[in-house]
Amino acid sequence: MKLLALVRDGLRLMVGVPSYQTYVDHMRQKHPDRAAMSYPEFVRDRQLARFGGKGSPRCC
Amino acid sequence: MAKLLKHGPFVILAVVAAIGLSIVAGNRGEEVSALWIVFAAASIYVIAYRYYSKFIADRVMKLDAGRVTPAVRLTDGLDYVPTNKYVLFGHHFAAIAGAGPLVGPVLAAQMGYLPGLLWLVTGVVLGGAVQDFTILFISMRRDGRSLGELIRSELGVVPGLIALFGAFIIMVILLAVLALIVVKALADSPWGTFTVAATIPIALFMGVYARFIRPGKIGEVSVIGLVLLMLAIVFGKNVAADPTLAALFTLTATQLCWSLIVYGFVAAVLPVWLLLAPRDYLSTFLKIGAIVSLAIGIVFLAPSLKMPAVSVFVDGTGPVWKGTLFPFLFITIACGAVSGFHSLISSGTTPKLLANELDARFVGYGAMLMESFVAVMALVAASILEPGIYFTMNSPPAVVGTTAESASLAVGKMGFPISAETITETALEVGETTIISRTGGAPTLAVGMAHVFAGALGGKGMKAFWYHFAILFEALFILTAVDAGTRAGRFMLQDLIGTVVPSFRATSSWVPAITATGIVVGLWGFFLYQGVTDPLGGINTLWPLFGMANQMLAAIALTLATVVFFKMKRERYAWITAVPTVWLVLCTMSAGLAKLFSDDPAIGFNAHARRFGAALERGEILAPAKSLEQMSQVVANDHINAVMCLVFMAVVVAIVGFGIRASLRALRAERWTAIELPLAVPE
Repeated sequence: MKLLALVRDGLRLMVGVPSYQTYVDHMRQKHPDRAAMSYPEFVRDRQLARFGGKGSPRCC
Repeated sequence: MAKLLKHGPFVILAVVAAIGLSIVAGNRGEEVSALWIVFAAASIYVIAYRYYSKFIADRVMKLDAGRVTPAVRLTDGLDYVPTNKYVLFGHHFAAIAGAGPLVGPVLAAQMGYLPGLLWLVTGVVLGGAVQDFTILFISMRRDGRSLGELIRSELGVVPGLIALFGAFIIMVILLAVLALIVVKALADSPWGTFTVAATIPIALFMGVYARFIRPGKIGEVSVIGLVLLMLAIVFGKNVAADPTLAALFTLTATQLCWSLIVYGFVAAVLPVWLLLAPRDYLSTFLKIGAIVSLAIGIVFLAPSLKMPAVSVFVDGTGPVWKGTLFPFLFITIACGAVSGFHSLISSGTTPKLLANELDARFVGYGAMLMESFVAVMALVAASILEPGIYFTMNSPPAVVGTTAESASLAVGKMGFPISAETITETALEVGETTIISRTGGAPTLAVGMAHVFAGALGGKGMKAFWYHFAILFEALFILTAVDAGTRAGRFMLQDLIGTVVPSFRATSSWVPAITATGIVVGLWGFFLYQGVTDPLGGINTLWPLFGMANQMLAAIALTLATVVFFKMKRERYAWITAVPTVWLVLCTMSAGLAKLFSDDPAIGFNAHARRFGAALERGEILAPAKSLEQMSQVVANDHINAVMCLVFMAVVVAIVGFGIRASLRALRAERWTAIELPLAVPE
């Protein structure tokens, strides 16, 4: 089960999407006053970050 | 006893590596299994990882498990996230491994597999992996800043700008050469063109699906997309068989070139979610899947090597590319040995995700070893083909003509007999009309992969499917790179122009965005068109330029690392980056000088320009130019390429000069002068 979760996280991060659970946990702990993004919003945010000039370019 | 247990396994690996290398190096015509190459390379990687990278981590960098990484200190769940090291390894590997390590070794195989193998292995252990690891380390100690920012803060504003400019040029050349590989692979191939074209509507559908129908479901939409892709490959056969459809998807190289330029521009201005992101899912997952399958296939099939260990073409007269072993082999194989481009990735998202300083070794050094392993497999895939087939596919039409008979004759003369029937039959087997002069590396790799996959699964009947699967896999991630690269290039350009005209930096405003995108597409489109219309096949000219640009960037990154070690007062270990820097400077400078001043028109840009210029004055038209205008175009192209070469050399010289100055200054300083963030406490 743990291995499966690792593979899933790995595949997601390969396309630039980090763990949503980690993000939600972080928001809950550090910024309880602010609403966390929903999962689809989170994915869109990461897409824009990946290709919006701040992400690293991919290689040859 | 404890020592024996600790080091014993590595001694055994060293023996395996030595046996493997001596078997493949001593190959004099008898059948040798390609597995020896794989085992030898893998053993060397493991040993290098265990000892050399540990030495760098413990003694030189003094990685500190107790020190808080940017991912922990600045954690936001988005850009800065402490990440499991295996997950991060996958992320980093997927970002660094692309078409480069697959194409370079295939082209280098014209000298036999041994020179390429030796350079891949030593290059990565002492150069490439060291670069990736040190840049990751330096960026990790500075909040995950980018290469340009790191150079600005450690070397100065001017070197920072020069490095940004260098990174921009390499981007342009990279995009042109990648696009050229796709053009070469798809020209006059209706099956291939159809499947690649089909990826566009498939990606658009996926984009809409993941945005409106099932928002954020990446896994689900990727599975749907991959199934559709496989269907497209299967259906492609019918397209190729149907005269009307086949005519529709049979494009010449020039038509493909223009389609790519238009596609590149449109794709770079469309919203990310619509085309780019879903394409990214497909290409990333297909890439990882294909690489893993290739590794399994090679081990399972254990094919024997057909290419000689060292071919006659080490003297520089080979048909695939011109130039002697030194420096041109080291330019031809950049990715897989040392790839400067990785310095942009090691200072990109990866340093912001390291949970622990110690992980930098596994992610930085380890992932590069993995890429080198991919390059070794590409070398194997090219070397298990009949050399006759290899040279038929990779020689320009000017050498082998366009018919099976002329190719058979020309390649036979090179010393690699191949019958015209075999050439025609091989083309039929992979479902193509011809395999003659399918340069660019991708088709050769695809035939090799089809050989491995069909041998493991499906037999001869499946060869055509696997060939087009391999072509699709390469074309797909190349197109994603073109698309993402055009965007990245656009931002780099906006940043560069923004230093003069600040308003140009506004990334959300339309005018600068469209202008910058247009310039970037125009630049790589120019080099692409030049390559497509080049009589010698284009790869001949563009690939060395790309290799030089890539090694130039590596020299810049390694110079930065050397300076940082000096500033950390660890100059006694600075050789770990200084030695590969010197080597890369030697390679890029000698290749650059040869490209500028060689009297051989096949190597020197100026010699080529003189030959065409002289003919032009006499009013003669030399093939492949068809008119006097084209003749002057050839001359102009030569001059532009020569200028590019000069620019690369000037950039290298300037950065190394700044590097030496900064190192000397650091040497004279009494204490640590590196600028770490948060400000480091000197030891």
